[in-house]
Amino acid sequence: MIPPAFEYARPTSVDEAVSVLADAGEEAKVLAGGQSLLPLLRLRLAFPELVVDVGRIPELRGVREDGDTLVIGALTTHHDVIRDPLVRRHAGLLAEATATVADPAVRHRGTLGGSLAHADPAGDLPAVVLALDGEMVVAGPSGRRTVPARDFFVDYLQSALAPDELLVEVRVPKTDGWSYHYEKFHRVAQAWAIVGVAALVRRDDGRIAEARIGLTNMGSTPLRATAAEEALAGADGLDAVARACEAAAEGTRPSQDLSASPEYREHLARVLTRRAVLTAGGMG
Amino acid sequence: MTDQAVEHEVGRSRLRKEDARLITGQTNWTDNIQVAGLLHLAILRSPMAHARITRIDVSPALERPGVVAAFSGADLAEGLGSLPCAWPVTEDIVLPDHPPVAVDEVRYAGDPVAVVVARDRYAAADALEAIEVDYDPLPPVLDLEAALAEGAPLVHADKGTNRCYTWPLATGGSFESVRQRAEVTVKRRYHQQRLIPNAMEPRAVVVTPLAASGEYTVYSATQIPHILRIMLAVVTGIPEQKLRVVAPDVGGGFGSKLQVYGEEALALAVARKLGRPVKWTESRSEGYLATHHGRGMIQDIEVAATREGKLLGLKVDLLADMGAYLMLVTPGIPLLGAFMYPAIYKMDAYEFNCTGVFTTRTPTDAYRGAGRPEATFAIERIMDELAAELGLDPVEVRRRNWIRHEEFPYTSIAGLTYDSGNYEAATEKALALFGYDDLRAEQRERTERGAPVRLGIGVSTYTEMCGLAPSRVLRDLRYAAGGWEAASIRMLPTGKVEVVTGTSPHGQGHETCWSQIAADVLGVPFDDVEVLHGDTQAAPQGMDTYGSRSLSVGGEAVHRAATKVVEKARKVAAHLLEASEQDLEFTNGVFSVKGSPEAHKSIQEIAFEAFTSHDLPDGVEPSINAETLVDPENFSYPHGTHLCAVEVDTETGRTRIRSYVCVDDVGRVVNPMIVEGQVHGGIAQGIAQALYEEAVYDAEGNLVSGTMADYLVPSAADLPDFVTGRTETPAASNSMGVKGVGEAGTIASTPAVVNAVVDALRPLGVHDVRMPCTPERVWRAVKEASA
Repeated sequence: MIPPAFEYARPTSVDEAVSVLADAGEEAKVLAGGQSLLPLLRLRLAFPELVVDVGRIPELRGVREDGDTLVIGALTTHHDVIRDPLVRRHAGLLAEATATVADPAVRHRGTLGGSLAHADPAGDLPAVVLALDGEMVVAGPSGRRTVPARDFFVDYLQSALAPDELLVEVRVPKTDGWSYHYEKFHRVAQAWAIVGVAALVRRDDGRIAEARIGLTNMGSTPLRATAAEEALAGADGLDAVARACEAAAEGTRPSQDLSASPEYREHLARVLTRRAVLTAGGMG
Repeated sequence: MTDQAVEHEVGRSRLRKEDARLITGQTNWTDNIQVAGLLHLAILRSPMAHARITRIDVSPALERPGVVAAFSGADLAEGLGSLPCAWPVTEDIVLPDHPPVAVDEVRYAGDPVAVVVARDRYAAADALEAIEVDYDPLPPVLDLEAALAEGAPLVHADKGTNRCYTWPLATGGSFESVRQRAEVTVKRRYHQQRLIPNAMEPRAVVVTPLAASGEYTVYSATQIPHILRIMLAVVTGIPEQKLRVVAPDVGGGFGSKLQVYGEEALALAVARKLGRPVKWTESRSEGYLATHHGRGMIQDIEVAATREGKLLGLKVDLLADMGAYLMLVTPGIPLLGAFMYPAIYKMDAYEFNCTGVFTTRTPTDAYRGAGRPEATFAIERIMDELAAELGLDPVEVRRRNWIRHEEFPYTSIAGLTYDSGNYEAATEKALALFGYDDLRAEQRERTERGAPVRLGIGVSTYTEMCGLAPSRVLRDLRYAAGGWEAASIRMLPTGKVEVVTGTSPHGQGHETCWSQIAADVLGVPFDDVEVLHGDTQAAPQGMDTYGSRSLSVGGEAVHRAATKVVEKARKVAAHLLEASEQDLEFTNGVFSVKGSPEAHKSIQEIAFEAFTSHDLPDGVEPSINAETLVDPENFSYPHGTHLCAVEVDTETGRTRIRSYVCVDDVGRVVNPMIVEGQVHGGIAQGIAQALYEEAVYDAEGNLVSGTMADYLVPSAADLPDFVTGRTETPAASNSMGVKGVGEAGTIASTPAVVNAVVDALRPLGVHDVRMPCTPERVWRAVKEASA
C-alpha cells in the first residue's frame, strides 16, 4: 500500500524531539522501529501530518542498572533486549516474552518502547511490563514524569502519553528471586497472541507465596488477573493451582475477532494461566 | 567431449540455473521496469458488495497534483470489451457481461469503479480519494443455497437467475439402484472454504505503446503470456500481431496468474488513449480483493458400499461459488474435479452434478489443484467415514477398493484411462516410513488413559489428472482452446543451444529442467543450453503454464524437438563422414562410424557446418534447428500416499502436526531436488487450507480477512519437517515417462491433515471439523461432542 504524504523530522536528542512534538500538536506520530506505525500508514489507517523519527537518538538505547531497578531505553530493539545480560539476569520474563514477538525481522527493527507506546492489548510486552510492575519514564515540555504500567495503558491503542510527550525509559524492578513463564497462544508464528499469559511466581517452602499474572489480549488494555493472583497465594500443588486459575478470566472483557470469540478467550485465559503458573513454578 | 556431458542429466539434482538472479532480486520483475515518461495507474474500488452507481464524478481527481487523467467505467467502455470466459461449460450457461471497470452496478467489494493516471504512484493513490461516487446499495448475495431460492436477490438482474449452469455426469449403473442394494451408505456435507492465493510477487503490468505503428508491448506478471495476447486483442480490438506480451521473471502464481485481468486490459486501454507508457502494481490488500480466489464449494457426497467395505457407488452434488463474474476458466474449475471424485477406487455407479452459483464476492478461478483438491478432499474424507462406520482401518478400506497395479491401464468409472500406477507400492513404502503401527499403538494408549493431548492419524491415497490437456478432450468439455505445447531448438554456430519453450515458468525451474532434457538428447553440456520463454516475440507459440502440464507436455516437446535436431544432424554427419546414416552411432553428442571410431563429428561441430553451409548434402536446408508441437494423447496421473500424525490438545483445541510422510509417484523424475521442492510447497499449501486459511466475509459481503494479519498464511516456523519418498512408475503416455508434480502435494495433503484431526477426536464423538480446523473450532467440536 501507499502511505499518504507526511512531513518528516529526525531529531537527534530527547529535548529536540519533545520540542518538535510540542510544536506539532495533535498531528504528529513518533516513529521508533516502525513495526506498528508503518503498516498503519500503508493501510491508510493513520494520517499524521508529521512523523517524528526518534531512531537517531542514542541516549534512548541500552540497558543499565539503578539499584534494584533495571532501566531499559525505549529505543532498545527486541533483539537487543533478548540478548542483554542484565535483562536475562534480572528480568528474565521480559527476555523470554520478547523472544516470542513476531519474527526475527520484526525483532531486529521493533523496539520495547514502541511496542508499549502503541498500547496494543494484543502485543506481548504490555502485559509483561504490567506483570513486572514496571514504570514508564516520559519526557515532556515541562520535564520528566514517571507513570506506573497500570496507569500507562488507558484504552485500546491509547496510552497515558500526551501528544507532546515521548517515552524515554522503561524501569522494571529486578525479579531475581522469581520464576517466570510467558505462555503465548497464537495460530501462526508471526501472528498476534489470541491470548498470552505472563506469569511471575515467588515460591516459599513449596508453596506459591506470591504470583503476578499479566494477560495479553483479554480486553482493551493489558490486564492483571487479580482474582487469580489472590487465589494463587498459598497454593501448594497442582490441584490448588488449577482451582485458583479458574479465576483468571474474572474482570476481563476480551474481544471478538477472526481468531477467537470472547468465550473461547476466557477459556484459554484459564487454561493458559494454569499452564504458565505451573511452568513458572516448576510444577508442570 | 567433456565429462560433464557424459553423465546423464535427467535424474540429477542440478542446482537451478535461474536461482541466482531470482534469489538476489537481480532480475526484471514487472514492477522494476522503468521507462521514460512512465505513468502510474491507481484503481478506485467499490467499498460495497452490491450497489447501483447513481453518480460518479472523476473530475475532482484531475485537480490533484501530478494527475494526468481519470476515467470512469463509462469513459472506458468504448474500445474495451467484456473480459473473457474461455470455458462456457454448458450450452445454456449464463455468461454475464464483465466490464473491466463497472459502469452502472458494482457486484463485489473491490469491483473497479474508476481509474486515475498520475506521474507517480503516490499521486495516483492520493487522487483516488477525490473521486466522488454515489452508491445505491443492493442486497448482497452470499449464501449459495439461498441464492438459488425463488425470489432471491440477483447478482445479475438482467439474467433472471443466480444459477450460472448445472453440469451433470452419470456413468456406470444408476446410483439409486446400487444404493438400494448397498448394506452401508454414508452421506456427508463438506465445505470448501474460499482461499486467497498468495504469490510472493503481487500482480503488476506495464504497457509501452509505440504510437506511430500502433504497436504495444505488455509486460505482465502472468502465467499465460500467449493466451493473454490473444485475449487482449479480443478485448481491446488491437490486432493480435500488434501486441507483444512479455512475462518477465514471475514470482509465483498458483493459478492466480492464469487469468486475463481487467487491470491488464485497463493498462493497455489507458496507454492507447494517452499514448504514454503506464504501470499498475497491486498492493497485497488490493490483491486480496481483486485477484481471483480459489475453492468456495459446498459438497454433498454419498457412498454406497457392502459391509466388507467394497464401494458400489458414489454420488456428488456440488454448489460452486463463481463469485460475481465468470473469469477465464471460472466455470470449468469444478469440472476438473468431476472426474476425480472416484479417485483410485473401483465402483459400479457414479453420479455427479455441479451447479455454479453467482454471488457478490470476488470471482473464483484456478488455485493450485483447481477442482482436484476439492474432489480428493471429499472422497478421502468420506473413505475415512466409511472405515469408521464399518470399524475398519482407513488404509484397509482403501486397499479393498483401489485399482491393483496389474489392472493398468484402467478406465475409471468417470471415463478416464489411468495409464499407470502402483498404489500398493507407494502405500507400503509410506506406511513403513511413517511407522504406522507404532503410531496406532501410541494412539490407543493415549485414548485409553484419556490423555488431554490426543494423537490422530490421517491418510490420503490420491491420484490426479494433470498435464493439461488432450485437445479433443478439451473440445468435449467445451473449452475454447487446445492443450498442445510448442518447443523449438536452435543450434547456434558456436555449438551452443537455445531452447525456446511455450511454457511460462513462474518459479518452477523450467530453465534448468529443459536444459537437462536437451543436454541429454543432444549430448551437449548442461551449461551450453539456454532456455527462452515468456515473450511472444521470442517464443511465439505456446499454451503456457498451469495444471501441472509443463513437463509432460512442454518438456515432452523439448525432448521431441531435440530428437529431431539429432536426426537432422545425422544427415549432415553421414555426408561429412562419408558413411550411410544407418552406419552412424550417436553417443554423448558425437556421431561416429560403426567399426571406425576415429571417424567422428560432434553435434556442435555439425551446427557450425550447418551455419557455413559450405559442405551440406544436396537438398538439405542450411540448418539443423527443429520445432515441435505436442498434443498430449492423455492426461498424466501422478499418485501417492500421504500420512499425517497430529497431536490435538483437547483443552485448547490446538493442532500440532507431529509427523508428515508422503510417497509420491510422479513417474520419471528429471530433477529430484525440484520435485522435492514442489512437494514441500504443495504440502504446505494443502496444510494451509486444512488448518489456517479462509477468506471470511461479513453479512454485508465485505472481505473481513483483508490483510495478511487476518488471513493466516503459515510459514516454515509453523510446519513440520516433511519426510518425502518416491516410487517411480513411468507414465505410458509420453516418451519420457514423466507426470506432473506441481499440484500433487496440495491435492493430497488437505484430507490427510483433516482426517488426522478427526481421527484424534473420534473417540470423543467428533465426526467432522470444518476447515480451517482452527483451535476454536476444534475446541467447540470437542465441547459439543461431550455435551
